[in-house]
Amino acid sequence: MTAGADEAPLAPVMTAHRAGLLGCRSCGRVWPQDHAICDRCGAALVPPDRRGLQYVWAWWLAGLVMYVPANLFPMMRTQTFAGLQGSSEATILEGVVELMHYGNYDIAIIVFVASVIVPMAKFLSIAWLAMVAGRPATVEQAHTRLKIYEVVEFIGRWSMIDVFVVAILSALVQLGFVASIHPGPAAVSFALSVAFTMLSAQSFDPRLIWRGLPLRSRTDDQGKD
Amino acid sequence: MLPCALLQGVYLAPMDTRDGFDLTTGRGLMACPRCDALHVEEELDAGETLRCVRCGGLLAKPRGGAFVQLIALSFTTVVLMMGAIFFPFLEISRMGFGNATSLFGVALAFADGVLLPLVLAVMVMIVGLPVLRAFLLVYTLAPLAQGRAPYRHAARAFRWTELLRPWSMAEIFVIGTAVALVKVAGLATVHLGPAFWAFCALILVNLASRGFMCQTTIWDAIEDAGLPTDGREAVGGPVP
Repeated sequence: MTAGADEAPLAPVMTAHRAGLLGCRSCGRVWPQDHAICDRCGAALVPPDRRGLQYVWAWWLAGLVMYVPANLFPMMRTQTFAGLQGSSEATILEGVVELMHYGNYDIAIIVFVASVIVPMAKFLSIAWLAMVAGRPATVEQAHTRLKIYEVVEFIGRWSMIDVFVVAILSALVQLGFVASIHPGPAAVSFALSVAFTMLSAQSFDPRLIWRGLPLRSRTDDQGKD
Repeated sequence: MLPCALLQGVYLAPMDTRDGFDLTTGRGLMACPRCDALHVEEELDAGETLRCVRCGGLLAKPRGGAFVQLIALSFTTVVLMMGAIFFPFLEISRMGFGNATSLFGVALAFADGVLLPLVLAVMVMIVGLPVLRAFLLVYTLAPLAQGRAPYRHAARAFRWTELLRPWSMAEIFVIGTAVALVKVAGLATVHLGPAFWAFCALILVNLASRGFMCQTTIWDAIEDAGLPTDGREAVGGPVP
């Protein structure tokens, strides 16, 4: 830490938006507001306003829709002794219950957290962030929101674990007569759900979190929108 | 090497053109990508770390010799990935029945019916993107490390390197393997192949690479080394 966050909240901070400029989210370069594309890195320049939230909500909804079949359909089908000992189809939750049944509590917790808790928390967090984005907030609230955003962005891709587990098990456990595991349709919809929520989190513009802070030039700010 | 001093608490009137930056065109300024706070670009020494005055996010952390290290680590990634593809990955056996799988086998597990697109997605996420990102990074950094002008489209190459970062999931795949192994452990005996260890090594390489990576420094180096821009570059000396 050089210039600490501790001294930051004291004075209003000059932002690119307040200066009538546009910052590039990809490389940080600052351009006049009529620029559409960053000349340095070639990324599209987007003003930090609530219009961008449409993308967030669109991907969010797509992710939520795909999450329903991901829980209803079986994730994988296990066949032991050519079906003589029964072949079982397990959805995500049934898989967790099965793991607990065999006493693998630690793995059951990992799978439960990765494929149930994390996706749920992600949907709720993104929805909440998108709803409060741009609303007035204190500096502490803004820091909390940014933290949540960073956690969501970081953790999103880890939900893909479940898809990989199914892939590895299906490739590995092909013991002919003894046991075999086949992937179920839920694997696809779960993978899509994770991908869509990742896109949703990426579409969220964290600069919006800070737009709602009380500013010295608040009226100017509103006039610009 | 680059930024930044801070415009903290200073209200600058538009048209203010103090030395080094220009509030009407944005020359010599940098905006925090997370909170939009403006910072004045300034040279940082290797080893220094710059955080945003407002949100505390990391803005720049130039490290000495980072470009060469990043290039070396990119090559390491490609070599390890080649090993991971061609060596056996996992092998199980039970009651005389055995099955070995390579990385391709894992992806092809989804190769029937509706699951077919998932084969491609899994291969891209665990093999394709890490290798592609390594090549793009070498393409961007190789000329910069030698102090020459960057290749054409270096800026685009680096932007894609960063865009694809969240989709490159080799490390998640390794954790997935660990979970799968515990699930299988009761069912059969498992042997770990060289490809598995190559993947574990990839995680370490990835972590090291992340430690040397400073996007701001690389963007600035691309610009300094003369990728065609509009010539507003203000870093590294007095502005005319």
